[in-house]
Amino acid sequence: MEIDPFIFRLSIFILSIFIGYYVVWSVTPSLHTPLMSVTNAISSVIIVGAIIAGLAGNSDNIFNTSSILGFLAISLAAINIFGGFLVTQRMLAMYKKKKKDK
Amino acid sequence: MISANLSAIFYLISGVLFILALRGLSSPETSRQGNFFGILGMVIAITVTFLSIGSFSSGFIYVLIFLLIGGLIGAFIAYKIPMTAMPELVAGFHSLVGLAAVLVATSAFLNPEAFNLGSPGNIKLGSLIEMSIGAAVGAITFSGSIIAFLKLQGMMSGSPITFKGQHPLNALILISIVIVTYFLCSTQSTSLFWILLAISFLIGFLLIIPIGGADMPVVISMLNSYSGWAAAGIGFTLENTALIITGALVGSSGAILSYIMCKGMNRSFFNVILGGFGATQQSATSGDKEQRPVKSGNAEDAAFLMKNASSVIIVPGYGMAVAQAQHALREMVDTLKKNDIKVSYAIHPVAGRMPGHMNVLLAEANVPYDEVFELEEINNDFANADVAFVIGANDVTNPAAKSDPQSPIYGMPVLDVEKCKSVLFVKRSLSPGYAGIDNDLFYKENTLMLFADAKKMTEEITKNLD
Repeated sequence: MEIDPFIFRLSIFILSIFIGYYVVWSVTPSLHTPLMSVTNAISSVIIVGAIIAGLAGNSDNIFNTSSILGFLAISLAAINIFGGFLVTQRMLAMYKKKKKDK
Repeated sequence: MISANLSAIFYLISGVLFILALRGLSSPETSRQGNFFGILGMVIAITVTFLSIGSFSSGFIYVLIFLLIGGLIGAFIAYKIPMTAMPELVAGFHSLVGLAAVLVATSAFLNPEAFNLGSPGNIKLGSLIEMSIGAAVGAITFSGSIIAFLKLQGMMSGSPITFKGQHPLNALILISIVIVTYFLCSTQSTSLFWILLAISFLIGFLLIIPIGGADMPVVISMLNSYSGWAAAGIGFTLENTALIITGALVGSSGAILSYIMCKGMNRSFFNVILGGFGATQQSATSGDKEQRPVKSGNAEDAAFLMKNASSVIIVPGYGMAVAQAQHALREMVDTLKKNDIKVSYAIHPVAGRMPGHMNVLLAEANVPYDEVFELEEINNDFANADVAFVIGANDVTNPAAKSDPQSPIYGMPVLDVEKCKSVLFVKRSLSPGYAGIDNDLFYKENTLMLFADAKKMTEEITKNLD
């Protein structure tokens, strides 16, 4: 009997939770704010679904309800992706070590 | 057009890159590289999606246009936002993830063929369940984050909003979400889908309104977690590994942060979520105490004390963020250092309105991160320090948390500020902190209260130090 592909996805999901658990505990507390902004940015990989939704309409009917929803979702996710990564970049650039022999 | 297997491998690679992005944050040195991995992962995921669809219909141009519009808005916000507004920004961003999840789920529900999920009214059962969960969690994330955003922005009162029967009502709505999901999956009815969305929006709103301003670190972390679970739900629907991995990472990340924040307040997660903290205590404690004498001083006294010290520990709190005093503070510290005074910073886990809030502000003011310490690292040093300079913090220094079992904050880990030879307290007035409890520290022999705006006071002290 074949295994349902759902089980494979579930396995990936559960293992990723464990990876997340250990990786996040090793994040230094001083970087918790950048952690939040970067997790925000990466969770916007949901844009993948938005793109599929946006391109769902056929050429003579680009704007049906479901593709309009897709286009909106693309914009929202894009705000998050660009905003999230750039603001993280901006924050991380500020973390500096003490200058030696000053 | 690339094969489904190949694109699945690329999605896996981008998932791994996202793990590396979080891994990089274990130290500031590797963090920038980590962020780069994150960006790379995102570029791969988006590119592969385009390639796997292949048919570059005229819709493609619209995808690019909307991507560009969103990107420009996002970039603009990222460059303009002041660091003090980071909690609002993150809450706002969470709401967008939530809404995007709702939109994608709705789109998949209305047009399942595009996602290979069956046909309208005949969607595969598994997909429908996943989609409903994604949509419901996304909706809760959206409306909850909007409320958190409004509270942090000050557009809505930060005090808890409670009413009679709140908890039974919330429980009822949560149960009805489960019931509606069940019937939605068995009947495939579109109207039930809309009802599910509506009650999920409602519960997100109701869950956050009873939670007060200073509990926002927990709320933001929790919503962070929700946005991850919503993404994972959609990931299952789309059978997309990148999305599943990311959702799990973000979900557990937010959960861990909420746990750390709750521990920082010695309160259970449910205690925070059920809300109403602070509002009840306020009325109980005010009134029964007559005014006790405090020693108040001015900038000159403070400068004198610090000049004669050999080590100073600075304890920043939300008040510093409100007064935008971080730059003035760093200038003061520079002057102290010129006088060969050792200065370090002590950060309480729940200082500020989000995890790590104070660290970012200090970093913005060019404070080197190796001078900034967490509670456990520095708490023993207070006994050997000459001056503790408390700027905009209150409850996190209250010794009642250690000595008074009656106190609502009893058991919360606090900074042992009172062990310093002298304590300088920059505060606008004697009013109690968020928890609504008096701080005994104000009345101690070795405490000097500096009643002023944090920024102005710090600037004046700097002048007096020269």
